[in-house]
Amino acid sequence: MAETHSLQDLRQQAAIAAKVFIQRDYTNGTVCQFQTKFPSELETRIDKQQFEETVRTLNNLYAEAEKLGGQSYLEGCLACLTAYTIFLCIETHYEKVLKKIAKYIQEQNDKIYAPRGLLLTDPIERGLRVVEITIFEDRSTGSGR
Amino acid sequence: MSAVMVAKKVTRKWEKLPGKNTFCCDGRVMMARQKGVFYLTLFLIVGTCALFFAFECPYLAINLSPAIPVVAVVLFLFVVAMLLRTSFSDPGVLPRALPEEATFIEMEIEAANGNVPAGQRPPPRIRNVQINSQIVKLKYCYTCKIFRPPRASHCSICDNCVERFDHHCPWVGNCVGKRNYRYFYLFTLSLSLLTIFIFSFAIVHVVMRSVDSGFVVVCFFTLWSVVGLTGFHTYLISLNQTTNEDIKGSWSGKNRIQNPYSHRNIMKNCCEVLCGPAYPSVLDRRGLMLERSLHPANPTAAAAQVGKNNNAEPQPTERKAPCPPDEHAPDDANPNVTASTEDVSYNEKSPSPNQETLPPPQDPSPSLPEDNTDAALDKEKVH
Repeated sequence: MAETHSLQDLRQQAAIAAKVFIQRDYTNGTVCQFQTKFPSELETRIDKQQFEETVRTLNNLYAEAEKLGGQSYLEGCLACLTAYTIFLCIETHYEKVLKKIAKYIQEQNDKIYAPRGLLLTDPIERGLRVVEITIFEDRSTGSGR
Repeated sequence: MSAVMVAKKVTRKWEKLPGKNTFCCDGRVMMARQKGVFYLTLFLIVGTCALFFAFECPYLAINLSPAIPVVAVVLFLFVVAMLLRTSFSDPGVLPRALPEEATFIEMEIEAANGNVPAGQRPPPRIRNVQINSQIVKLKYCYTCKIFRPPRASHCSICDNCVERFDHHCPWVGNCVGKRNYRYFYLFTLSLSLLTIFIFSFAIVHVVMRSVDSGFVVVCFFTLWSVVGLTGFHTYLISLNQTTNEDIKGSWSGKNRIQNPYSHRNIMKNCCEVLCGPAYPSVLDRRGLMLERSLHPANPTAAAAQVGKNNNAEPQPTERKAPCPPDEHAPDDANPNVTASTEDVSYNEKSPSPNQETLPPPQDPSPSLPEDNTDAALDKEKVH
């Protein structure tokens, strides 16, 4: 609970210095992947490795959601046989993975990004176009370094 | 934790969405503005089937087989289900860029273009991307203020950028895009089968009873148009192309590149388009937007109530963010709130009562020839 408390304190007290937007990486087609290029604005705030690790994990999760394989075909065929009414009752595989992603982002924010005065926004809230990273002004001394 | 928020009015996000869509059932249904032709489609399908059931089925059920009306009913229900699914679902609309994102992109563009001498037109906003070792150009959308993802296009009728845009279909009263293309295809396919079915048995009926063949003639013309359309889309699916790309000739011709999205295998292409994952809607239509409440008595309590992620801002004046020079005044006071609209309800299916935001600014966008080309092509009501 202490971590959540500090996260909210941060948002209440800190002012936003800038926002960075991690764009989509289209080199493999239209699948949802984000660029792992480390933005220069974050150089003073976080490790390159840490950032790349986060983005890579996100990319893997999205790849899992959009995987064309046995499970997606089965889901598709079953749904077709029921005239897609089955989606009114059960959650699709993609939605399940989106929940996993939301949890992962929350966890990353709590453990790694908030102590450094950063905040990741779930890409689903930006139409899966960008990963928005809010950079708060570094007011507190000795925070997370 | 006392309830100190005084705002009572609950608005859902669909009410504030830009674009020219109409929404029904509190945001669950999303269609284009003009629905007249859709009602015609529904009337034609239901009317024809009703005539078939009323006049032909009794005779056929008794004299041939009772399975005939049963199969017809099943097909009819499937056709209507697919039609409604196509018409009512979000085709894959991309939400417009919020002010900060738009500014960020503008700054990147200016950095890329360098200094343009006065009086000269700035170069068109294009980003080159390499997809499967082919160079694809991404165009900038002046309305949505984003670089469109590959295969996305802006529909001028609905005023939205749609992912994997196929075409705007007036018959179903909606755009056909990434999320509802398979329902559209299954609709045309099942409608073809239904029409062939009705047509065949109408002929059988005419032959067996020597009755009036007017019905058969109508079926004949419907048959060819619907079967033709199904055939066309089967061809597109096998090549993993969209109608939009086919019309523009994106992947044909000597100087053009090959389709980088095709798996070069008909089965794989069909599987991807028809049996791929069910993409979720990124437009959160049913999320809640609360009108800003004035003077909450206990800011900390209000902040704590927001729960999961971000955004408790009882004192907006503390927030500072880089204010882009051309933003509207109300947004200057609280650009952060607009930009970081949190939607807890996206992941839980229950509404969260403490979302605050201001409606996004409606900027009239300058239209450049590039944008008009897309718009002109999108206007073609092609199947």
